[in-house]
Amino acid sequence: MIRLEPRQEISHRLLYLTPVYAVGLTILAGMVMFFVLGKDPVRAISIIFFEPLTDWFAISEMMVKATPLILIAIGLSFGFRAGVWNIGAEGQFTIGALSGGAVALALYQVEGFWVLPLMCLAGILGGMAWAAIPAFLRTRFNANEILVSLMLTYVAVLLLGFLVHGPLKDPDGLNFPESRTFHEAALMPILIEETRAHVGFLVALAAAVIAWVVLARHVIGYQIKVMGQSPRAARYGGFTEKRVVWMCLMISGGLAGLAGVFEAAGPVGQLVPALPVGYGFTAIIVAFLGRLDPIGIVIAGFVMALTYIGGETAQIEMNLPSAVTGVFQGMFLFFLLGIDVLAKYRFRIIRVTRAAAGE
Amino acid sequence: MTGTAPLHLSGITKRFPGVLANDNVGFSIAPGEIHALLGENGAGKSTLVKMIYGVMRPDEGSMHFGDTPYAPAKPSDARAHGVGMVFQHFSLFEALSVAENVALGMNKDAVSKDLDKQIVEVSEAYGLPLDPKRLIDSLSVGERQRVEVVRCLLQNPRLLIMDEPTSVLTPQEVEILFETLRKLSSEGCSILYISHKLEEIRTLCDRATVLRGGKVVADCDPRQETAKSLAELMIGTSLSFPEPHAAKLGDERLVVKGLSVKSPDPFGTDLRDISFCVCAGEILGIAGVAGNGQVELMEVLTGEKTTDNDAVLIDNAPVGRENTTTRRRRGMCSVPEERLGHGAVPEMSLWENTILSARTRLGMERNGFLNLGIAHDFANEIVQKFNVKTPGIEHEARSLSGGNLQKFIVGREILQTPTVLVILQPTWGVDAAAAADIHRALQELAKGGAAILVISQDLDELMAISINFAVISEGRLSESRPTGSMSVEEIGLLMGGVHSSVGKKGAA
Amino acid sequence: MDLLILILQGVIVAATPLVFAAIGELVVERAGVLNLGIEGMMILGAIAGFSVTLDSGSYLAGIIAAAAAGAVAAFLFGVLTQVLMANQVATGLALTIFGLGLSALWGQGYSGESTVPLAKIHIPLLSDIPIIGPLLFSHDPLVYLSIILVAGVAWFLAKTRAGLILRAVGENHDAAHAIGYNVVGVRMLALLFGGACAGIGGTYLSTVQTPLWVEDMTAGRGWIALAIVVFAAWRPGRALLGAYLFGGVTVVQLHIQGFGVDIDAQILSMLPYLITILVLVLISHDKARANFNAPACLTKPFFASS
Repeated sequence: MIRLEPRQEISHRLLYLTPVYAVGLTILAGMVMFFVLGKDPVRAISIIFFEPLTDWFAISEMMVKATPLILIAIGLSFGFRAGVWNIGAEGQFTIGALSGGAVALALYQVEGFWVLPLMCLAGILGGMAWAAIPAFLRTRFNANEILVSLMLTYVAVLLLGFLVHGPLKDPDGLNFPESRTFHEAALMPILIEETRAHVGFLVALAAAVIAWVVLARHVIGYQIKVMGQSPRAARYGGFTEKRVVWMCLMISGGLAGLAGVFEAAGPVGQLVPALPVGYGFTAIIVAFLGRLDPIGIVIAGFVMALTYIGGETAQIEMNLPSAVTGVFQGMFLFFLLGIDVLAKYRFRIIRVTRAAAGE
Repeated sequence: MTGTAPLHLSGITKRFPGVLANDNVGFSIAPGEIHALLGENGAGKSTLVKMIYGVMRPDEGSMHFGDTPYAPAKPSDARAHGVGMVFQHFSLFEALSVAENVALGMNKDAVSKDLDKQIVEVSEAYGLPLDPKRLIDSLSVGERQRVEVVRCLLQNPRLLIMDEPTSVLTPQEVEILFETLRKLSSEGCSILYISHKLEEIRTLCDRATVLRGGKVVADCDPRQETAKSLAELMIGTSLSFPEPHAAKLGDERLVVKGLSVKSPDPFGTDLRDISFCVCAGEILGIAGVAGNGQVELMEVLTGEKTTDNDAVLIDNAPVGRENTTTRRRRGMCSVPEERLGHGAVPEMSLWENTILSARTRLGMERNGFLNLGIAHDFANEIVQKFNVKTPGIEHEARSLSGGNLQKFIVGREILQTPTVLVILQPTWGVDAAAAADIHRALQELAKGGAAILVISQDLDELMAISINFAVISEGRLSESRPTGSMSVEEIGLLMGGVHSSVGKKGAA
Repeated sequence: MDLLILILQGVIVAATPLVFAAIGELVVERAGVLNLGIEGMMILGAIAGFSVTLDSGSYLAGIIAAAAAGAVAAFLFGVLTQVLMANQVATGLALTIFGLGLSALWGQGYSGESTVPLAKIHIPLLSDIPIIGPLLFSHDPLVYLSIILVAGVAWFLAKTRAGLILRAVGENHDAAHAIGYNVVGVRMLALLFGGACAGIGGTYLSTVQTPLWVEDMTAGRGWIALAIVVFAAWRPGRALLGAYLFGGVTVVQLHIQGFGVDIDAQILSMLPYLITILVLVLISHDKARANFNAPACLTKPFFASS
């Protein structure tokens, strides 16, 4: 008989090893899946997981994808540590893009170094405002933030659709539901020539460093950790739940909003209905895969970006469906959550002895 | 029923990781006998009865029920043999009715159609009246225990196990319970009575088996023993209680005036018009049965919940609306009842746990940034001065034993040199030596001019350390009086909520 | 009049997947588990039901496949949360993401295909009664099944010993364990039931309501089902009412332009989501009452220390 026994203390070595195991198991399970689909498993895995790493352009594309993932996941990780489940980052991302984009369109053809920072500020405030709704409803009315933030995602995407069909539509366009393309001063400066990698990537790295300092050395990070692990101890320590809920949702909403602006002013360059492509949801996996730790999230963001780029390549080269990426992402999280048990519990094989004669 | 033992244990051994919970335990219970199982917290009593009730299985050893081997694989096996159990922490379901709770605790084929009628009959026959339709959460603690007892009685038990049944009851409720148990015993039902309360065992039980460190250390007739000799068997060493000192009291440091708080929790206790004061150098002890407003009072005093500004004063400054951090800055520290998850964060290291309550008084926080060096030094100081057994301050709070963690938390608060200290259950689950250390530390703090409020369910503890004494019951606090000026009977009545009679100086 | 009947019939069709998903989740939550993966289980049920129905030509086979797909997904959730002690919120999210991905992969060859919707059963005589007949007695079998299911769950929870045990496990798993009930076993069975219900709810979308396969066709219905359970205060009858209210909002939003109200379609489409939020706020604002109705052990992990 095998039994689980809680470890006296969480094994920190295993805590950092489990994501690596999860990646390994996902690759194995992926190979089985490709075999079942009748595709060459070795080739498919090597296209998805290894080939992008040998190509500079693919790496620059990974930076493009990793930027929003890292930014959003860092914001979410604060909330997840505190037990504040903002799963509507996709909506905050959308509203952020919309607010920043609206500023860009209002200042169309206005030159000046301040245009882009102003857009970023608008994006952050937009994301915060959207996250303020679940924060307010939870702290004032006790409404579950999971459901509220998620419902608002659908509303945000519909709002974006409505605005680019109407008020924000390109006046010189052919009646397509999309805005003007942003002018030069409203676009993200490019980081590497001839690629789409932009300075937003550096901002994401800086955000990771700041987040690390806040979590390890600042009372904000401390109270978030305490609140997540034992709310009563948090009250004893003088921290209030309301403030933590607001802080977490403002941090995650603001960063998701910023990621939205970066996306609109970076690789997309305008507002289109298809702007939200699911980064807000994938970032949830990134946050967990990165162990809710800022440095881990940077690494996890790259791994996840790899599945996007690799998935696209596999789509073209092997005629694999694009949905493969989603399956991989789901499997990552499953395996990670499953293996986590190793860090918190140990397996013991118990020999069942006859408790009494004559049983 | 024959003259042979209904239950006979021999060589029972049970291991947990790192602990030998039961080591070659053996004894017999005769029919109709009330048999005490006596031991301190952690002596292995609960483990043993869980095996008798089929919740766990022994690693080695055998049990016989009557003449036949007995090895219950699950509680329903035990119940089928006629073994019933009343748990210390009731295994009741608050949102379900009395009848539903009873049905859940019975084996399927034992539940009859007119269960409601049976409950009424049996409960009245044994002097424990119950209404089968009521929801558990509307019952008092004593009534809840009745549900557990009646549930067992409906199955015509041959052996009834009672795990610390009186720890939550008032003295009057204890009397009723004892009547019921004596009646059962006279009808031939055996009772295994688990407790660490010596006087109770001497008045109620026919035999006693004493466990210490998982082993049987004595098998005796408790009526032939004194409370002192039983205590020595149970604890193993002779105790030295700290001497209470006659102190000169200074100025009023903590004053509470007309404090009334409605509990937002429908099942919590409302505080009603509580007034008292604690002076510099004073230790005020508040006694009471659990769930009579102790936790609510603590929360309002420390600032975890706020109230009218003038209801609570620290050094004459109204603080009712201030939060815990501001009150700490004014000199108030506190130790809550729950160690893991309230007084300390289980998954955080010891040094991280110092930041929780000591960051303001010890300057660990500047502009929001934390000075981890101070936290490390302070944690080391606590471990050293309070003799906390741990491999290092990097270890998580939950890796410490209950007693060691209590020493750490008490040390963390006392070493901040508070001028007012509110402390709940200071020695709950702590071994006798550590308890004496904690008592000594509290008395030294008081000598230094601090005002200390001790809220405890342990009357012996309060008698030993407090200078003045009061009782809380149903959210009301009795007048505080010098310790020793009240008789045990008076205290018992106050704990049972009989205020008026005591107000007239022992008219009861 | 005919239009009104048509609208009301539309409400029933729109509500039925929500009824299935919500009643399944209600049982799961009564057992003390929060499965946030309903969306994932529904979409897996939708594609399983659609593909099997199309390939085999049998609706019954499709429905069974859908229930099985949902149950397998729920089993996965159960192993992770009940055996391996994974966080329920995170695992539920993973199940949703995984379900959406896997269903898209599975449905690759089925885009653009369609089935004939499941035939309606016109109950003889009764369905000929004007107004009441078409409203109550001429629906597809799954509509009847959903109503029977709600009544069955209500009876099960209130009147049977097994239902009592399930509630007990959700109220206080430590006590249930101490008395000798198998907490993990009860919760696994509840999860399987919830998964099967969500699966059938999903296939109702893809074989009756639309009837074709579109990626992400559940469009948040799994989440709305969760909100309905809160709205219903964990009572089966109120869950049915809740599902019909939400179904009503969806249909009214489709028809409102037909009445000459000039509101943009995308704004109207926000309505069900906004109303969900509104209802959630109304239900939750009385904190003490909301806590009293909720199963006490909801989302708390159970670890048997003995």
